[in-house]
Amino acid sequence: MSQTQTPQMRQDTAASDIPAIELRGICKAFGPVQANKNISIRVRRGTIHGIVGENGAGKSTLMSILYGFYRADAGEILINGRPTDIPDSLSAIRAGIGMVFQHFKLVENFTVLENVILGAEGSALLRPSLAKARGLLKDLAREFELNVDPDALIENLSVGHQQRVEILKALYREADILILDEPTGVLTPSEADHLFRILRGLKEQGKTIILITHKLREIMDVTDDVSVMRRGEMVATRVTAQTSPTELAELMVGRKVLLRVEKTPATPGDDVLRVQSLRLVDGQGVERLRGLDFTLRAGEILGIAGVAGNGQSELLEVLAGLRPATGQAWLRGAVLPLSGPGADAQTRRAQAVAHVPEDRHRRGLVLNFHAWENTALGYHNDPAYNPTPWKMDNDAIIRDTSAKMAAFDVRPPDPQLKASGFSGGNQQKIVLAREIEHAPDVLLVGQPTRGVDIGAIEFIHQRLIRLRDAGAAILLVSVELDEIMALSDRIVVMFDGRIMGERLPEKTNAQELGLLMAGMA
Amino acid sequence: MSAGGRIPNWADVTLVPLVSVVLAFILSGILIWAIGESPWAAVKLMVEGAFGSSYGWGYTLYYATNFIFTGLAVAVAFQARLFNIGGEGQALLGGLGVALVCLYIPWPHWSLALLAACAGAAAFGALWALIPGYLQARRGSHIVITTIMFNFIAASLLGYVLVNVLRPQGSQDPSSPRFAAEVALPKLHEMLALVGIPFSRVPPVNISLLIAVGMCFAVWFLLWRTRLGYQIRAFGESEPAAEYAGISPARITIYVMLISGALAGLMAVNSVMGEQQRLVLNAVEGAGFIGIAVALMGRNHPFGVFLAAILFGFLYQGGAELALWTSIPRELIVVIQALVILFTGALDNMVRIPIARLFALRGAR
Repeated sequence: MSQTQTPQMRQDTAASDIPAIELRGICKAFGPVQANKNISIRVRRGTIHGIVGENGAGKSTLMSILYGFYRADAGEILINGRPTDIPDSLSAIRAGIGMVFQHFKLVENFTVLENVILGAEGSALLRPSLAKARGLLKDLAREFELNVDPDALIENLSVGHQQRVEILKALYREADILILDEPTGVLTPSEADHLFRILRGLKEQGKTIILITHKLREIMDVTDDVSVMRRGEMVATRVTAQTSPTELAELMVGRKVLLRVEKTPATPGDDVLRVQSLRLVDGQGVERLRGLDFTLRAGEILGIAGVAGNGQSELLEVLAGLRPATGQAWLRGAVLPLSGPGADAQTRRAQAVAHVPEDRHRRGLVLNFHAWENTALGYHNDPAYNPTPWKMDNDAIIRDTSAKMAAFDVRPPDPQLKASGFSGGNQQKIVLAREIEHAPDVLLVGQPTRGVDIGAIEFIHQRLIRLRDAGAAILLVSVELDEIMALSDRIVVMFDGRIMGERLPEKTNAQELGLLMAGMA
Repeated sequence: MSAGGRIPNWADVTLVPLVSVVLAFILSGILIWAIGESPWAAVKLMVEGAFGSSYGWGYTLYYATNFIFTGLAVAVAFQARLFNIGGEGQALLGGLGVALVCLYIPWPHWSLALLAACAGAAAFGALWALIPGYLQARRGSHIVITTIMFNFIAASLLGYVLVNVLRPQGSQDPSSPRFAAEVALPKLHEMLALVGIPFSRVPPVNISLLIAVGMCFAVWFLLWRTRLGYQIRAFGESEPAAEYAGISPARITIYVMLISGALAGLMAVNSVMGEQQRLVLNAVEGAGFIGIAVALMGRNHPFGVFLAAILFGFLYQGGAELALWTSIPRELIVVIQALVILFTGALDNMVRIPIARLFALRGAR
């Protein structure tokens, strides 16, 4: 729109160059939803250009247009000053664009080399391209710290290394322009730092990089320019050195936001939940939890930090009665069975243990159900909803849903709307309202703000603090270190199914926690 | 936010199937024309044969009654995303239940016999569905495979029972003896005569039609007004979410299969007790499989099943008339039925996406 500003070009030689990518007036609508409205942007060659925005702001749609997954309804794409038509991803690759997706597109049981040449084999025989790729990989490893064992199977690589393979794939296809979609969501802080070193190295070699993220700290750290999207529009472009996280956050949300959570020190009460030598072996015989001990007290938030996949999800599911485990546990002093009778989700709810699952689409909600039906999920045996043994009182549930929606500011406040029709933040509010309004003694909450916009994050954090102040014990699992630091009264770090250590948020910092998260104590 | 956009609910349940059926009929018309017959005459014959007289109506409704039961059976199971292909076998066993109840207990009045026959049919059908249900719930054996296999087992079992147990001595016909006259169900013409409406005496449509309609309401009530129905639908929509809610997948699977089998079994009340008045080898005549198409077309909703059952009743009766009065072979009726199934089931998106686009265009204007 008219608010779009061109960055104050720095007085260096690159400024006179033609931009590597220029988008002019890109529009894209899905039915009545205008995902991109008249977007114009210039990405200078040889720079790292950040694109920030809340979920649903249209970042991914814009990049999908650039990579040929969608066609724009209107507008022009210029690559190196030349108008370019990108009907499919093959054309994008030909135009020198490479994309590293949030969810990797790798063949798990292929080697690194095989993945790198996949789709670009070049000839009927694999040997020449494998040899070429091996040589290239060696060069790249030397130049950019992009070292990965070319013969390792993908499934044996860490997430950070898998991501390097994605970057290598793009470079093998001679990409000049690299797009990375939320690349650090799955990385430890040190892996993320390594990634940024790689990106800086690529930039120095003249590559152009577009970094899509919602983490403002990364934008400030690594980008040269930053564009902010809000509700399908490009609201501003800034030179990173001349802006601040506060300004960017305001641009993203369109109003002032609190980046800090306001809370008073906790006044913990009795031990509510105690866990001793908790172990879990999964279906493949892999030990996911290797003897956990911790205590959760009333009126405190215990944060579980860790990179995704280190046992936090399993811990939540065990405590919520969703999978059996071995070890001992006590709830309010009474033995809590971890397997067999009494270790099921219904019993846990009856014992005032509520659970906000990590994956609200899969577990927390039935997306095809109306909001009111979702409000009864897990509480469908509640006497308030079942005045007679046979008939469920749908009207009572609908009334209750309206009340909960009002209390949690769910928009639109329509109990008849299907869960899939709400935005991520409002879906999460529906889940939280259901679990919190039953006044639990223990709340198990996983990734409370994943895929939630900033405005709703603030609200959700306030509600969790309020529940804590009312005396509930909260176990918070999150991969967002900032969230853990902001909300927790105590922090426990998990790595590889073990607790690496316990810290107080005021006496630790992201670096120390990052080391623990990486298993380096 | 799929690329196709959204369709209002009313259009989803009425317009889409309607357009699909019309397309199937157009293609059928072309086929009839291609074999040298007049499509118009064929349509006229079918409609008149099925709806033009109380005789035609009687047969249409008789077939529809069968299809309502088997359609509901498939629909209920599908609400839990269980594909019960075993309606055929469950209905066969239901027939055995009906026959045992009618043959071995001397009933003073048809009403008592009807209640007992319903119980017998439902119990036998449910039992036959319970085994695949149990295997799915506890052993993970896929319900599609086991229910198909149980159709064959049911057919063999029935053959054995009819030949070796129920067949009267000296009879060469593998069927049970006729039931006593007391257990004959009132036909529709008798019931309508009470309110002074004349109706053909010939067709076998009987009081089971009312039970079938009642079952539509019962299934609707179960699914959308009871706790069990809520759990069934939650489990069907998302198993992980159901687990999270403390709903036991194994228990729901078994309950749903019991209900589904009972509904399929009830079909035998109409065919065995209402029409044949004895148990014959092929008492179900494929209605168990038609039930799949009926549920598919009825969007697994009891009221949709009712309408789809009427449509398939029409196809059955109209098709029979067509075979009787024209040189159009009976097999072509099967082709027409298959086309209806193809368009309403398999090619659903072919109709849905353009309709969704139309609505999106209208919305944008």
